[in-house]
Amino acid sequence: MTASLASFTNRPHAQCEVCNLVMSVPRGLEAAPLACSRCHAAVHRRKPESLSRTWAFVIAAAICYVPANLYPIMTVTRFGRPESNTILSGVVFLFEHGMWPLALIVFVASVVVPLLKLVGLVGLVVSVQRRSRWRPRDRASLYRAVEAVGRWSMVDIYVVTVLVALVHLGSLASVEAEAGAFFFGAVVVLTLLASQSFDPRLIWDAIEADDG
Amino acid sequence: MPLIGCHECDAVIEEPIVPDGGAAICRRCGGTLFRRHRKTVETTLALMLSAAILFLVANAFPFLAFEIQGQLSQTTLRSGVVSLWQQDQHAVAALVLLTTIVAPGVQIGLLLWVLMPIHLGRRSWGAISAFRWVERLHPWAMMDVFLIGILVALVKLSDMAEIIPGIALWAFALLIPLMASAFAFLDPEIVWRRLEVRR
Ligand SMILES: [Zn+2]
Ligand SMILES: [Zn+2]
Repeated sequence: MTASLASFTNRPHAQCEVCNLVMSVPRGLEAAPLACSRCHAAVHRRKPESLSRTWAFVIAAAICYVPANLYPIMTVTRFGRPESNTILSGVVFLFEHGMWPLALIVFVASVVVPLLKLVGLVGLVVSVQRRSRWRPRDRASLYRAVEAVGRWSMVDIYVVTVLVALVHLGSLASVEAEAGAFFFGAVVVLTLLASQSFDPRLIWDAIEADDG
Repeated sequence: MPLIGCHECDAVIEEPIVPDGGAAICRRCGGTLFRRHRKTVETTLALMLSAAILFLVANAFPFLAFEIQGQLSQTTLRSGVVSLWQQDQHAVAALVLLTTIVAPGVQIGLLLWVLMPIHLGRRSWGAISAFRWVERLHPWAMMDVFLIGILVALVKLSDMAEIIPGIALWAFALLIPLMASAFAFLDPEIVWRRLEVRR
């Protein structure tokens, strides 16, 4: 069902990000701090410092992405022989064992998703900074996709967690988490914070300003 | 008609009438404005009660057992966190603890705390902040991703040793679709309005 739109021009309104309550803002008080009457959260017409916070998290995540893929995430010791695993060698292992659906899931979740998330967010932030009017609906969908897929990058961290918990039989078989796991976790957290910092309403501000 | 807003593009409209189970889509940006579930309190509450039991089972019982050359090792949900901590991976251990135990556990607890009294026609102490935290914790609860991680780990170990699934693993596998449907049936607008009435 499609909602009919009464008006796009919503200047006298502010919206609570937490409970979605719409409240009217008296003229002249647009800049004053507001609290939501329903859930008591602070209300911002736009997320504060959205663009610079998103940039900061994206840059930090991009920096961590390199060691996350270069350093081993774990060392597997079998019968006294230690063997280092990176994210990519884990994918290759699954593929060689004929588990290509799982190999594909891990490859997409660990390598492709973080990269797409970073590229997507940079694209969104740059488009907002240039006050682009280009296909706002598609950019809104891009943001929804970026938000939805990010969590799946945690798969590799959980694989390490399960292996570390299960396999600790000394030299016979043991698994140690390595530095790559730390950087990989950092990438997941930083990209999550980056997409939370971005305010999708900014996409529409350039269009509104031109219309009005 | 009350006004509602799109949290993605800031369009403000008069609330459309949507049949039970239907969704309102923003005409401007294509985002979902809300999904209407008139029985949200009762349905989500029932699902959350079952989820709470399964969550306790998943945390109390062994998850997987692993046997290699006669040596057996067992693991529970939290022993992964403990092992990571012991290997000095404190940040990773904390992240796993937050995303697989703390965030989902607190979400279940808070939702019961908020919904049970609403169902009984009352309002619990701190219900407003509690419900705010349910929403805030949502991106950090990743039990579904954890299940895929377990699958991948099992495949990696399958040529190395015998794996015996424990009770907790089955509880966990049931818990994930249950949590997903509980949140699919959650209609926050209705919960907020019922909280507001009992101020
Ligand atoms: Zn609010
Ligand atoms: Zn919208």
